[in-house]
Amino acid sequence: MSEYAVATPGAPPIARRGLVRGLLTNPLAAAALVVLAIVAVVAVAGSFLAPYPPNLASLQLILAPPSPEHLLGADSAGRDVLSRLLVATQISVAAALVSLVVALVIGVTGGLIAGYYGGFFDTASSWLTAIVMALPAVIVLLAARAALGPSVWLSMAIFGVLLSPAFFRLVYASVNSVRHELYVDAARVSGLSDPRIVGRHILAVVRAPIIIQSTVVLGIAIAVQSGLEFLGLGDLAVPTWGSMLNDGFTYMYRAPMLMLWPALAIAITTIALVVVSNAIRDELERTSSKRRKARRARAGSTTPVDLVTPAVVHESDGAPRGEALLSIGELVVGYDRDDGDVTTVVKGVDLTVRRGEIHGLIGESGSGKTQTAFAVLGLLPEGGRVVSGSIDFDGTDLAGAPESVYRRIRGRKIGYIPQEPMSNLDPSFTIGSQLIEPMRVVLGLSKKEATDKALALLDRVGIPDPRRTFASYPHQVSGGMAQRVLIAAAVSCDPELLIADEPTTALDVTVQAEVLDLLRDLQQERNLGVLLVTHNFGVVADLCDSVAVMQSGRIVERGPVEAIFERPEHPYTRALLDAILEDADPRPPLVSREGASA
Amino acid sequence: MVRFILRRLLAGVVLVFVISALAFAMLYANSADIARRILGQNASNELVQQKQTELGLDRPLWQQYTDWLGQALTGDLGRSWFTGQLVIDGVTSRLAVTLSLVIGATVLSAIVALIIGVVAATRGGWVDRVVQVLSVLGFAIPGFLVALGLVLLFSIQLGWFKATGYTPITTSFSGWVASVTLPIIALALGTIAIVAQQVRGSVADALKRDYVRTLRSRGLSARRVVLKHVLRNAAGPALAVLAVQFIGLLGGAVIVEQVFAIPGLGQLAVSSTTKADIPMVMGLVIATALIVVIVNLFIDLAQAALNPRVRLS
Repeated sequence: MSEYAVATPGAPPIARRGLVRGLLTNPLAAAALVVLAIVAVVAVAGSFLAPYPPNLASLQLILAPPSPEHLLGADSAGRDVLSRLLVATQISVAAALVSLVVALVIGVTGGLIAGYYGGFFDTASSWLTAIVMALPAVIVLLAARAALGPSVWLSMAIFGVLLSPAFFRLVYASVNSVRHELYVDAARVSGLSDPRIVGRHILAVVRAPIIIQSTVVLGIAIAVQSGLEFLGLGDLAVPTWGSMLNDGFTYMYRAPMLMLWPALAIAITTIALVVVSNAIRDELERTSSKRRKARRARAGSTTPVDLVTPAVVHESDGAPRGEALLSIGELVVGYDRDDGDVTTVVKGVDLTVRRGEIHGLIGESGSGKTQTAFAVLGLLPEGGRVVSGSIDFDGTDLAGAPESVYRRIRGRKIGYIPQEPMSNLDPSFTIGSQLIEPMRVVLGLSKKEATDKALALLDRVGIPDPRRTFASYPHQVSGGMAQRVLIAAAVSCDPELLIADEPTTALDVTVQAEVLDLLRDLQQERNLGVLLVTHNFGVVADLCDSVAVMQSGRIVERGPVEAIFERPEHPYTRALLDAILEDADPRPPLVSREGASA
Repeated sequence: MVRFILRRLLAGVVLVFVISALAFAMLYANSADIARRILGQNASNELVQQKQTELGLDRPLWQQYTDWLGQALTGDLGRSWFTGQLVIDGVTSRLAVTLSLVIGATVLSAIVALIIGVVAATRGGWVDRVVQVLSVLGFAIPGFLVALGLVLLFSIQLGWFKATGYTPITTSFSGWVASVTLPIIALALGTIAIVAQQVRGSVADALKRDYVRTLRSRGLSARRVVLKHVLRNAAGPALAVLAVQFIGLLGGAVIVEQVFAIPGLGQLAVSSTTKADIPMVMGLVIATALIVVIVNLFIDLAQAALNPRVRLS
């Protein structure tokens, strides 16, 4: 029956007070709520509203068309369709509620017990779930009907049992994750009894997902109940939407309208239920993401941002330097917001990377340095774009350039080394296949040539057993190895510029030094230009020729590394430098290595 | 890998045993009532007693079950109480019909859902919104209503398809296609809605992964990265949902077969249920459980093929 348990809504835990108002301002949800309200009223008062007794048959009226006395006509036994529809609503809804209540009672209690106490209950309930999910619900209900006879209520109670895993898994998962939270421990330590803890802390967490799941389950129960009645397996004396549909189906050719009314009733009700459940989920997600955003905004940079003073530029001391490879001018990167405004994250950046030099781009997290790097690659996350400014790469303007331009640039002109090694390798393919794919596509190498080149590159970046790593999946190698693989991949199509985004941040300290060495060696060997994004002045001191200091989307100071280290002028640069001197940076800077390698 | 397969196989066998015991207990527990329903409400108590003895229903339940199990293991699921037909024949003669519907619907849903889901996830905008609305409708409207609507529209109003009946593929291929097209579409629509949602979600999720950007940075086109890397990583969750949906389709076939008058397992199930032909119902339950277990085993294997971490651990 698990086919019905798919909708596990990923809703945030706590229902907000504004929920109802939120639903009513959404026109679709409001309409669906009105429909459900009408259904509920009819379900309660149906038998009083019905103009005739639902089973009153009249031979004169068999398959009668609509008339003022019988607004929807009469069915094959000459019974008033409108009256039957009203009374059937009562029974169909009540039958669905029986399923829902049974499923809720079994699923929620079972989930609470299994999730809270674990152990034996865990195993037992996972077996029970497997059994219940191994058969289609309809087959189980047919078997039950064969053994126990035609009772709407009994079938729907059994269906409730079959639906209970939908709630069980929801509650179980939430309870399991909450069980070890500190506030639950605290409640336990302070002497609250288990039922109190479950009631106060755990049910509060699962309340909203349960409400969402309940509306979905109610719709499914109505559909299945009508399906069974439609098959003619119900109690013939009881009018339901499904049995009316069955009657209409039998006389489909003579009176197709007979099918219309019960079909509409079923379809409108189930659609309304799904719409409401989606709307509740969206509303909860919206309010919770609003809160998250508000929190993030508060947690943002507190350093006052200077938007007026131009950057401090240290001139080069006249030593010979290479030609400019990448020149970024007045670059502004922004994200389009829903209200049409643009949030800018890079606010006018100038910098130049020369052939054969390593150019550091340093700043705290959130300063926009990674966004600058992505803008150069033309790979900004969704919604992001270059708002204005220029990105000149060796004579080609990349600012907002179309894919056709980037196709000639990425890989073969600009290589990219990411920060986090593991998440940047596709877990489903071997390292070797990920290495040779770009070489075959970009450089047009044969499989053999690409494989040879990949093995040579793996050897070059210091991987001890290239063949073995070539055949491994990413999860089988260490983080340091993965970063070497990514460096090999970045240079595999012989680019002229490397963009390295914090290439050592995610690595162990000892591995960091080796990877930096490797980067420097490759850079010198190939006379590469490198844009090295980092937050660590130690790395800058160790590796870079020039550096740009970035704060809140702007460059505040730039120039040759020696000049910046000797005469830092901007207070932010000084603060960053002081951080290494006072050893306040939790990551040990690598300045000490400078003496050793020089 | 071999141990992985054996473990899944063993779990499947245990599951079928447990289900057979539970189903037997439910179906045979109330034997007096069954006998009375077969004979009619007015039958005398002696007649009911006699019928119970005749059908072997007067013995202890566990004894009836072990007898049934012993025979079942040799492939004998007993005979119908009404037609005398061997249960195994009744089931196998209709199996192909139902499986062709269910497999056809599964393949159709997989293909259509894949295309819709990928387009919705990568294009976004109005395409995505249309897909969202359609999948709400597809999820909400019960499959048998869709089936009825299709019959009304295409068979009765337009006359494009035969409304009911079934032509075996051995008789006429085109006739078979004409007779299964509407049932397969009716079955598939709901599944397409649910699977497309899942594909959309997992593709959107995979698109946000870091390795997508990194692969693009090496000069691979967006199309290539989506079709090769994103799809491969999104396939696992989508396949899991499709497996669950397959079970749902087996159930859906019961109703759809009834609407289109197709002589499959579903029709047999409905007629056996109304007559209380217990051995036949029992056989159908076992057949369904076996199909589900086999399909789940295939899905496990496919998951292992897709995901190296499942395969290698």
